Amino acid sequence: MLEVRELECVRGDHRLFKGLNFTLQAGELLHLRGTNGAGKTSLLRTLCGLMLPADGDVLWRGESIRSLRDEYNRALTYLGHLNGIKGELSAIENLQISSSLSGINLSEERILRALDDMGLAGREDLPTKVLSQGQKRRVALARLLLSETTFWILDEPFTALDVHAVEYLKRLIADHLTADGMVILTTHQYVKIDAGIIKEVDLSA
Amino acid sequence: MSEGSLLFAWRSMLVRDVMLAMRRKADVLTTLFFFLIVVSLFPLGVGPELETLRQIAPGVIWVAALLAAMLSLGRLFSDDYDDGTLEQMLLLPHSLSMMVLSKVFAHWLLSGLPLVVFSPLLGMQLGLNGDAIILLMITLALGTPALSLIGAVGAGLTLGVRGGGVLVSLLVLPLYIPILIFGAGAVESAASGLGADAHLSILGAFFIGALVVTPLSTAAALRISLD
Repeated sequence: MLEVRELECVRGDHRLFKGLNFTLQAGELLHLRGTNGAGKTSLLRTLCGLMLPADGDVLWRGESIRSLRDEYNRALTYLGHLNGIKGELSAIENLQISSSLSGINLSEERILRALDDMGLAGREDLPTKVLSQGQKRRVALARLLLSETTFWILDEPFTALDVHAVEYLKRLIADHLTADGMVILTTHQYVKIDAGIIKEVDLSA
Repeated sequence: MSEGSLLFAWRSMLVRDVMLAMRRKADVLTTLFFFLIVVSLFPLGVGPELETLRQIAPGVIWVAALLAAMLSLGRLFSDDYDDGTLEQMLLLPHSLSMMVLSKVFAHWLLSGLPLVVFSPLLGMQLGLNGDAIILLMITLALGTPALSLIGAVGAGLTLGVRGGGVLVSLLVLPLYIPILIFGAGAVESAASGLGADAHLSILGAFFIGALVVTPLSTAAALRISLD
């Protein structure tokens, strides 16, 4: 499904990595490792198509992601360092807007259920700027519950989350893999996910 | 997914931006008050002779509108850039230039339209007659969307750059000059009894040209800025 060929990434004068190759099939998880500054986020942004690779290519179903941007974006959910939620809007409004922007019309019950699952019951109507860091992260993660995408790219999804939320997210990822989804994530924590095939790529090597 | 979902997303983006502005009214009001105050300063500085004021009125109002439009450009993309919603916008399964167009339209509704609505008041204050005031509104209604569209390219290019506000002015102001000349020119020629058709046609052409070209270039600018 996803194939990375001879990928090279350069930031400024500094080459982060070169000659990177891997593939990812349905039901597989790729755990991206590397020291700080090894280029994990840069690689994820390149895989999203936000950054252009210095060399090499990223292929989705055999075609370069640059030539099928809309189709690829439809299959992709990216969760970066920034949560991508608006502080002035409530959690419900944020999720309503982000799903309608991707062309999905969701009922309010569905969104409330997702927020409830993320442990945000009772805080749905507060502007998200008054929420704690971990709660904001949960709002962002609720997008995964509501999305119909097959390919998740998660940059440090476990930061700022408490033990319960980490467990919940691990289950969510496991379910996604069981349903033939694909996940790429970075994390410094030791996280064990009991589903699918787990691959690893280490950028510091 | 079809054009229906693009239209749905287009409208959601518009609703979102208007909703956000309503939660932070200060931003919208700053632009409008800036416009009103700058124009109101001229009678105090130049003196109260109505004849002089009438002569400089179109130019003064147009320059103030231009600066007010500039002032509001800074927040067009920067808030979204800071909280990560802009990178999510780039990953939507729709054409980025259509999303940009939606944002620019929202920006115009919140920063350009109030100027059009309040311009008659300023026209009267500077002694313009009825015909000239109507024409002032028409030129602003044609010109301010073009200002927003062109400004968006500059705002996109200077995202995340330190001192971006000044840089935007340097990039965008030269491009605003033709709109200023023909916008103010139309009102002047109407005030002196000549027809303004030619000016209006050119202004309209600028608007349509900007409508076609700038969403594409803004989308490209955003992709570069987020790279």
